[in-house]
Amino acid sequence: MDIEKTDSFLITDCGSTTTKAILILKTEGSYRLIGRGEAPTTVEAPFDDVTVGVITAVTELQELTGRTLLDGDKIICPKRGPNEGVDLFLSTSSAGGGLQMCVAGVIKAMTAESAERAALGAGAIVIDVLAVDDGRKEYERIERIRHLRPDMFLLAGGTDGGTKTHLVDLASTLLAADTKPRFGIGFELPVIYAGNVDARKGVHDLIGEKMAVRDVPNIRPRLEQENLGPAREAIHDVFLEHVMQQAPGYGKLMSWVSGEIMPTPMAVGRAVQTFAREEEANVLAVDIGGATTDIFSVFGDARAGTSVFNRTVSANYGMSYSICNVLKETGIANVSKWVPFQIDEPKLRNTLRNKMIRPTTIPSSRADLLIEQAIAREALRLSLEHHRLLAVGLKGIQQQRSVSDAFAQTDTGETLVDMMALDWMIGSGGVLSHAPSRTQAAWMMIDGFQPEGITKLAVDSIFMMPQIGILSELHPAAAGEVFRRDCLIELGTAVTAVGNAKKEGTPAIRLDLTTSDGRTIAETVHYGEIRLIELKLGQTATGTIDPTRRFNVGHGPGRAVEVELHGGDVGLIVDCRGVPRQLPEDDDARRTKLNEWAEALGLQRVE
Amino acid sequence: MGTAYTPGLTVTPNAIVRKTRKLPIKGTVLVTEGDRVEPHTVVARADLPGDLDQVKVAHVLGINPGEVPQRLLIELGEHVVEGQVIARTKYFFGLLKSEAKAPTEGTIEYISDVSGNVGIRHAPRPVELTAYVRGAVIKVIPEEGVVIETPAAVVQGIFGIGGEREGAIRVMPDPDRTIEPGDINGELAGKIIVARRLITGEALKEAARAGVAGVVVAGIIDKELVDLLGYEIGVAITGDEAVGVTLVLTEGFGEIQMAQKTFDLLASLEGQEGSINGATQIRAGVIRPEVIVPRRDSAAAAVAEAGGELKIGSHIRVIREPHFGELGSVTALPPKLVEIETGAKVRTLRATLDSGTEAVIPRANVELV
Repeated sequence: MDIEKTDSFLITDCGSTTTKAILILKTEGSYRLIGRGEAPTTVEAPFDDVTVGVITAVTELQELTGRTLLDGDKIICPKRGPNEGVDLFLSTSSAGGGLQMCVAGVIKAMTAESAERAALGAGAIVIDVLAVDDGRKEYERIERIRHLRPDMFLLAGGTDGGTKTHLVDLASTLLAADTKPRFGIGFELPVIYAGNVDARKGVHDLIGEKMAVRDVPNIRPRLEQENLGPAREAIHDVFLEHVMQQAPGYGKLMSWVSGEIMPTPMAVGRAVQTFAREEEANVLAVDIGGATTDIFSVFGDARAGTSVFNRTVSANYGMSYSICNVLKETGIANVSKWVPFQIDEPKLRNTLRNKMIRPTTIPSSRADLLIEQAIAREALRLSLEHHRLLAVGLKGIQQQRSVSDAFAQTDTGETLVDMMALDWMIGSGGVLSHAPSRTQAAWMMIDGFQPEGITKLAVDSIFMMPQIGILSELHPAAAGEVFRRDCLIELGTAVTAVGNAKKEGTPAIRLDLTTSDGRTIAETVHYGEIRLIELKLGQTATGTIDPTRRFNVGHGPGRAVEVELHGGDVGLIVDCRGVPRQLPEDDDARRTKLNEWAEALGLQRVE
Repeated sequence: MGTAYTPGLTVTPNAIVRKTRKLPIKGTVLVTEGDRVEPHTVVARADLPGDLDQVKVAHVLGINPGEVPQRLLIELGEHVVEGQVIARTKYFFGLLKSEAKAPTEGTIEYISDVSGNVGIRHAPRPVELTAYVRGAVIKVIPEEGVVIETPAAVVQGIFGIGGEREGAIRVMPDPDRTIEPGDINGELAGKIIVARRLITGEALKEAARAGVAGVVVAGIIDKELVDLLGYEIGVAITGDEAVGVTLVLTEGFGEIQMAQKTFDLLASLEGQEGSINGATQIRAGVIRPEVIVPRRDSAAAAVAEAGGELKIGSHIRVIREPHFGELGSVTALPPKLVEIETGAKVRTLRATLDSGTEAVIPRANVELV
């Protein structure tokens, strides 16, 4: 098939809760999203077959778009006529709990961390990281593996030519656990070996008969080199060959699709990387789901001279199944501090608990909505903290330093997440994509992530980044067009003054801007204030932002920056509430403040 | 989403329950097709691999790992007893010696000349699988387990804690009152107690002390459950709690009343023996807690499938505030998206609630009853 001549694509994403189908067609010379259908995912009883949900979602899409996509229970691909079928049918999936992996390395902060990055980048949920120095006793590691029953194991460690003993020890831990994969009682556990090549034989001798061991090049052949690609490819292959084959209905789905099924997070990662490359920008994207929150980042690494992609999945931070885990981690006080009306603790706790046990319900009162948006801020904050810990430079390597560097000593393994250097922040997932007002989505991201300086904000309109990501593999041009026109909703720009003053009302920054439609913005924004300035999609505002001496918007405290700011569905948000953020301790004062900020952003007060 | 509603939990007096009972690893099935089983009947058995002890022979003897095979006194697969010398080295003209001993009884599983370690596998641990429900074995899955079938009344809850237990159903004397510690007494030992409202955390503790098998109520105050467990439940994967009693909530958390249909069914089963399991998993592979009361008569109807399509006249229950817990019937299903109080545009339905209120409710916030 000549891929350039394809002009119709049906793409499904089988999520843990819902299956989403989108139709993309080439109309009047450009690729556009035509429609979207969705249905509950059907990997559980009584259906036990993912294709039932796929067909239901495609049926809805067919009804909404008027294009014939089904012939009975079969998807029409390749197409039969101008309005019948599609050229390509693709699918991503995170149903059935996604790909659950354990990884192991010799040193926790070095090879084990590289192994974790390899697995996360391949779209896995890492359910445990084992290392010789993880502080646990041998029997504790064994019990843990037995309890978790991962779908797959990634065993790494040692540089090539380095330690063999520890690798064999780790293999013996696996042997001792003698665990079986979650799916398929008679199947051998797939183990990807990505450690010291010299230890391969020792590892195979020990576990080769009991487990399906597959060798790939070392992920850390030298301390200063990380080679994650081969391990990631092997994880993907094993995911398709073993895990997917065992999941209900996937054998059938695999025979329908025009390419390989891709894990959903891997597809989102592809979309984010493509966007960062095309924009030449630092990007932070979040997908906040019901069970997990994934964060993707692309930041330039000055030391390596290249941009570095990182993905983390916070497996137990989410808005429905995992909502109470967010509560558990952050505490009730951190949730209630974002609620702008009075609510007693037991009622707040019961509300969150009822969302956990009935995960598909939606808020139907404003109070309920604000409670969900309050906990979303904490889920975002916790997930970013997690991401910062893993999105780091390589640890344990020797750096060559010049004399000048010696005066500014930096450690290896510093986080790559630099909020001041961030250009784009993209939000996705129900609570952000489906927020009744785009301003609410922008505000949640600003509070949860605390951007610094100048940051463009966007949301994924209907959560279609997975579909865009898998399409970008086969047809980058179509994926790029649809991403820009139909997926990405530009919200505008956040200008965040970093710093705190002693007293509210102190001048924080001075704006002297001229908009592309000829308006002059000459305003002073004070400490403790957030302000929304009209700047529509396609408009820009150029000029100077001049912070006072306690505040920084990019060039250091008190130093002005020349800017060109872009508008969007929300506009220009100038945030001088202080970073790190401090909310009033008194409950009444805090609620008053939250309502003031809501009003400043054009949202309704809720007393 | 055209089918965006939660199918109701199963609450039925007549179902054909089929329980698949599977071993965690391959083993031996002890019953045959057609056998009658009781909840305590052991239907299959397996040997879980014993723990593996690692003896760092090279380290103990102070030799290189590559030399270990020459110093061993045992072979692969050999049985050893605790304290048995498994490797020895002599030095200083044979006058001094170092020995490595087996720390436990077991079988030599591996000898590594890379790490210099020897692995000793403990004897396997037997694991027994019980039937859990009274019924007949209708299928044997060779080496894995069985399927047990029984005609039964079934009540699925929304959330639970604690594992599999059995007992006779006992409705509390004043079922419309929250169960307090003073309501629990020795007569309730071994019973599955039922009330229409809540149970306090202290009463649940008392129930465990008194040997109550299970508690089926509408709800509990979350804080009291947390205080009882001593920890927050982060994700709803339960069933292993060591609380000494199994709890099944039919509605959820907070002040709430059990649906009449659920209560009436449980009340009709007074005195009958049943099985209860609080295990809940609300994510991939949904598991809801349950009460199963096998019927003596075998002329039960086939399994009543939960779910079906929402239609005008469908009986529903609201499962989110406002109107949480109220019952009603559907009066309209507008095809277009409707803007609700939050500002979101969603698929809704109109319903007349039993309280007489006419309400517009997101379809995602109702379940069929």
